[in-house]
Amino acid sequence: MKISVRDLNIWFGEIHSLKNLSMDVQTNEILSIIGPARSGKTTFLRELNRLNELERNVKASGSVTIDRSNIKKINTESLRRRVGMVFALPLPLPLSISDNVAYGAKMCGGKSKAKLKQIVEQALKKAYLWDEVKDRLETSAFKLSGGQQQRLCIARTLAVEPEVILFDEPCSGLDPISTAKVEEAMLKLKNDYTIILVTNNVKQAARVGDRTAFFLSGELVELDKTDRIFTTPRDQRTDDYIRGKFG
Amino acid sequence: MRNPQRTEKIAFFFLLLATLLIVVPVGLIIVVIIQKGAPAINWQFLTDMPRQGMRAGGIFPAIVGTIYLVSGAILFALPIGLLAAVYLSEYAKDNFLTRIIKLAIVNLAGVPSVVYGLFGLALFVVFFKFGASILSGALTLGIMILPIIITASREALESVPYSFREVSLSLGASKWQTIRNIVLPNAIPGILTGTILGLGRAAGETAPILFTVAAFYLPQLPQSIFNQAMALPYHLYVISTQVPNVDEKIRYGTALVLLALVLFMNLIAIIIRYRFRKKKKW
Amino acid sequence: MRKVKEFIIEKLILLCGLASIFFVLLIFLFLLKEGLSLFKIISPFKFLLGDKWYPISEPARLGILPLILGSVVVTVGAAVISIPIGVGAALYIAEVAPLKLKEVLKAGIELLAAIPSVVLGFIGMVTLVPWVKTLFKLPTGLTALSGSIMLAFMAMPTIVSIAEDALYSAPKTYKEGALALGATRWQAIWRVMLPAASSGILAAVMLGIGRVIGETMAVMMITGNAAVIPTSILQPVRTLTATIAAEMGEAVVGSEHYFALFAIGIVLFAISFAINVTADMFLHKRR
Repeated sequence: MKISVRDLNIWFGEIHSLKNLSMDVQTNEILSIIGPARSGKTTFLRELNRLNELERNVKASGSVTIDRSNIKKINTESLRRRVGMVFALPLPLPLSISDNVAYGAKMCGGKSKAKLKQIVEQALKKAYLWDEVKDRLETSAFKLSGGQQQRLCIARTLAVEPEVILFDEPCSGLDPISTAKVEEAMLKLKNDYTIILVTNNVKQAARVGDRTAFFLSGELVELDKTDRIFTTPRDQRTDDYIRGKFG
Repeated sequence: MRNPQRTEKIAFFFLLLATLLIVVPVGLIIVVIIQKGAPAINWQFLTDMPRQGMRAGGIFPAIVGTIYLVSGAILFALPIGLLAAVYLSEYAKDNFLTRIIKLAIVNLAGVPSVVYGLFGLALFVVFFKFGASILSGALTLGIMILPIIITASREALESVPYSFREVSLSLGASKWQTIRNIVLPNAIPGILTGTILGLGRAAGETAPILFTVAAFYLPQLPQSIFNQAMALPYHLYVISTQVPNVDEKIRYGTALVLLALVLFMNLIAIIIRYRFRKKKKW
Repeated sequence: MRKVKEFIIEKLILLCGLASIFFVLLIFLFLLKEGLSLFKIISPFKFLLGDKWYPISEPARLGILPLILGSVVVTVGAAVISIPIGVGAALYIAEVAPLKLKEVLKAGIELLAAIPSVVLGFIGMVTLVPWVKTLFKLPTGLTALSGSIMLAFMAMPTIVSIAEDALYSAPKTYKEGALALGATRWQAIWRVMLPAASSGILAAVMLGIGRVIGETMAVMMITGNAAVIPTSILQPVRTLTATIAAEMGEAVVGSEHYFALFAIGIVLFAISFAINVTADMFLHKRR
């Protein structure tokens, strides 16, 4: 068990975004999280790397542990290196391709230029982007296509050597081919990392996830092996959502 | 009711008139100063010391004095102003203290320049015993342009998209690392614009330097920051009002030099702002 | 080690953030320090309401009413001129001017804002003052009227740019609704946009007036130097600001005259503080 969540509640001001959430995430699995908008999926994800703390007026109760350590007790910066995030829109920093990938590793400190170059190359290879950019590492990251930028963001996250990677609807702005490439990368990455994928695309969750969780209005409705969820879900609401009766 | 189309035509005519009443004189003023001041401008005028109570000779020490004062002012105002802007943009919460800080900035911007002169006199010249000196004058001007620097820098910092900060933090960078490596570098054009506008303002002000540094005639250039200095705005004031029989073209010439200096700085600031807007990559 | 460095930097940032509060208080403090000493010698009432300002006579008469009235006359004159013209220009630029012309006009007004006041004072001296003298057949053109005209001119950039901002950020839906109902553009501007932006425009006017009250050099050079109670706008007056600038050079540090000038400074500081706080409230009320 990599991550353990017990009785997690999150409020933004008066709004109760997550209600009594308890669940576990297994090491080296891909956990898909599906659910309609405003169901708390992204809030949950952002709690795991403590990004919610950047918001105003946020309160949380309950506990989240990674490898049995409470995330609130770990140093924020090292937690965020252990738990990396790929956002919904490709968000390259206004830097060159290689500086983008090296950014997190550089901020961590203590790495020589040669080591950084090596890290950049390895990360880009793992994200299936190396061949496309290896001749233009110093050009601006904004010159890449949307799909390439998103794989750049994956490489960037990989470069800090995380244990967990959070994907927040990573393919929502991408065409089907880029989406396929990102999904392919995720499946290969599972062997070395624990992956949590939030997605609006129910079919993507079915393709990629080992287990799937269904969130509705801030609650965890059901969590089970993916093929069970998609063939014989236990809760009627899960069934309705998967069939598209609401969305 | 009378014809509304006609009312509109008349109204718009008056509005245009109002606008022209402002803009046309500006053009005329500049043209007149150039026309009447240009004959006085030559290398000697710009590099020579004044002679015969400024009825002949040049304005070199006033130019030098202005440069010293303006440099001193920015040396003081830029670091403090920039960090204050960083505080407001990156650290300040939405609370009472922040509201007070913003109010204080608005007030500093609104204090009459002659009151800054009094303040500079009381604090730097008398209390700290710096005397009438470049130091007193520069510090007084520095406090005066602080709000300009803070406001421009803050806008520049806030225009950097929030998502960059979030990405940086999510990769494990600390807040200060994020500011130093992502936010500040991308805010530099805006900060530069504000700095140059502040410089322009400091160069043109007379009242704050009246009692803190300015001298009408010094036999030599200032040797240290504890010396008095001449300055262009004060020089223009004195040769226009206190010294009789100064050749008209010398007066216009001095006005032209000061005007050109200030407008040139404003022009550079605008160019930077414009090119930055075009070049923005996000 | 990096942690320590960052801690220090962040504390420094906080310190600088508080700096502006510190400086405002410091200014106020030092003005008080020197100015309040005056009130050991004469009472605040006699100071504010006394109608004779003879600071260097023996004994000195230190009543600033003529100076206050001088400032008031010049300011009111400037307001009367600058408000209609300034708001009119703001309306034109914001609502009527075609796009290209708009940029040129805005640049022209920014240009005006950049001109140092001593340069405007100089130009006023050599053009406006003789013109007023001939036009009204006066013994001298150094009058409150000349000052009002020049100051109105100097207040324009403030009034125009803030009023224009206010008009720009008023919701377009009001205007579009009016136009959809068949109103002419002018009717939509006059009856809908103007009232909608009114608090912002009010703030613009206040800040413009604040600028006028605080102006020193231009006033000193063109309103003459008569510290007497003004009876008409066509005579020389003395403003609060010009008094400080003109007389501080002669006042001995620590003398009555010196304290009196600081006391005038307190009055000016208080006025500009009040105007700025009120205008700020109007600007925030809109949001």
